[in-house]
Amino acid sequence: MALADKDRIFTNLYGFQPWNLKEAMARGAWDGTKDILAKGKEAIVEEMKASGLRGRGGAGFPTGLKWSFMPKEPPKDAAGNPKPSFLVINADESEPGSCKDREIMRHDPHLLFEGALVAGFAMGARAAYIYIRGEYIREAEVLFAAREEAYAAGLLGKNACGSGYDFDVFVHRGAGAYICGEETAMIESLEGKKGQPRLKPPFPAGAGLYGCPTTVNNVESIAVAPTIMRRGAAWFSSFGNENNRGTKLFQISGHVDKPCVVEEEMSISFRELIEKHCGGIRGGWDNLLAVIPGGSSVPLVPAKDIIDCPMDYDGLKAVGSGLGTAAIIVMDKSTDIVRAISRISYFYKHESCGQCTPCREGTGWMWRVMERLRTGDASVEEIDMLFQVTKQVEGHTICALGDAAAWPIQGLIRHFRPELERRIAENMPEAAE
Amino acid sequence: MADRYIEPDTPEMRARWGNFAWTPENAEKSKDVLSRYPEGRQRSAVMPLLDLAQRQVGAEENTQGWLPIPVMEYVAAYLDMPIIRVVEVATFYTMYNIAPIGRFHVQVCGTTPCMLRGSDDLISACKKRGMKAGHISEDGLWSFTEVECMGNCASAPMVQINDDNYEDLTAERLDKVLDALAAGETPKAGTQEPGRHTVEPVGGPTTLKDMVTENHDYRGEW
Repeated sequence: MALADKDRIFTNLYGFQPWNLKEAMARGAWDGTKDILAKGKEAIVEEMKASGLRGRGGAGFPTGLKWSFMPKEPPKDAAGNPKPSFLVINADESEPGSCKDREIMRHDPHLLFEGALVAGFAMGARAAYIYIRGEYIREAEVLFAAREEAYAAGLLGKNACGSGYDFDVFVHRGAGAYICGEETAMIESLEGKKGQPRLKPPFPAGAGLYGCPTTVNNVESIAVAPTIMRRGAAWFSSFGNENNRGTKLFQISGHVDKPCVVEEEMSISFRELIEKHCGGIRGGWDNLLAVIPGGSSVPLVPAKDIIDCPMDYDGLKAVGSGLGTAAIIVMDKSTDIVRAISRISYFYKHESCGQCTPCREGTGWMWRVMERLRTGDASVEEIDMLFQVTKQVEGHTICALGDAAAWPIQGLIRHFRPELERRIAENMPEAAE
Repeated sequence: MADRYIEPDTPEMRARWGNFAWTPENAEKSKDVLSRYPEGRQRSAVMPLLDLAQRQVGAEENTQGWLPIPVMEYVAAYLDMPIIRVVEVATFYTMYNIAPIGRFHVQVCGTTPCMLRGSDDLISACKKRGMKAGHISEDGLWSFTEVECMGNCASAPMVQINDDNYEDLTAERLDKVLDALAAGETPKAGTQEPGRHTVEPVGGPTTLKDMVTENHDYRGEW
């Protein structure tokens, strides 16, 4: 069954209409927000839990459950005063293939601000910081302007929406570091430092921004919250398979006829998604080589496994990959698959923050071997050595960037080893640019 | 990590930038920036203030702007931070230019989603014009960097030039944009695909068609 337009949350996804408050309210944003807050913190958290919403930033952790981790009684500072709590909204969208939060922020920013209030209220936060990646310059301008509108209308700030609750939202621009999408690196960056991840524990819910309880959520997770509260958990959980509920923004890039961003039902099959919205695979379905289904961090899936796979957390896990941010990178048979993955290896080398040795050294090492494998300038044993090195990086770093650098290479070796061996047999230095 | 080198501190640099101070307008802006963070946490403002400082330098010399050491020192003093903590931030985040830069900073995304849609051609087009990484063209107009994913994957390939993105590019379309910039014009930002609005499928959206012509309210259909 296809998702109907009336059940889409981001109705101005393509920005055909203005993002401004007046138009956003006419579309249904900030509708009955005061009534939502009047339900109380616990009712909101319970409703979010019941909706089955899982974090849209990649890890897929249940959003309502995450909110419930915030301490009920705020911890005290050295002087015995209660510490404030913070909501940090992760708008540092930098995962290769991901381009959904950008559309929310530039075309429907009021859904995000409303979500910030609902989420912040539910977790008892004093304020929210929206950390937007530095490269989203025009998008940040929209956020700043939309924030002004919301304050001027009394929707945010003191007595937000007439609820009696004081809640501030601030916009903070990053400056070009993928690693700041990692929640503790983001907190470091917000504090004015290099974005290097912190050791956990302590987890941010205990000691996050400025040492205060903090929850970090993705833009999409926050922006869907008000609509879930308006329409009810049962509505949201009527979409998608068990454990994979709701609607989702899919971002399809690469070798399809019409790349696009589209909101669809979770668990839609890859074939249906591509046929319906992307005009099919370039050159037809027989021309499909492989798909990276969740942004560059997840392993690729060969054509035969992906075509009828449900696009959700469990469906993609079953084929050895993951939904990630639902950033679907499609590659047809014209693709130099080794180069495609090697370029991702270069990305991780470039973005490693340099804190942990296995990642700092490993990402460069892996990229250099990938470049030799691209031209076949290697020996077959090196394929196994590379696989081993990915295993030594994976799980041995503070954050998941090391894992993210390892997985695409593991996926390549798992599914395309014959291609690597063919290149070594043919040794093709001319394949280099 | 990125291979970047900070512009050496010289007497000439001191002479040119040693007296750097906010313009009255930026002094106001910097106060607004500071107000976003709790008291005693003004260090959080270092990133937005470095951006502001870079833009002020850019406005003074008609370039994208960069951060000479004395300017970083000014920001450090403004926030009562050790200078090394500011340098640490400026060198960690790639959007701070730590060496002089041209009028237009052409940043071609070369990561896999753009690569699959033809970013090689865009890089060639830039090289054909004499652009190369870490180098300002002789006329002072162009600096070039191949950057990592810019988050415009559904309208790839793309280039960011200063504050604007140009998407759905081909070498020819990029040439047009660059020619227009060189001529002092303001080319249309966003997608360069005729008929495409933003990131809907080319040829028109497959969903939410009512929204194309009116600000449709779907609540009546719930």
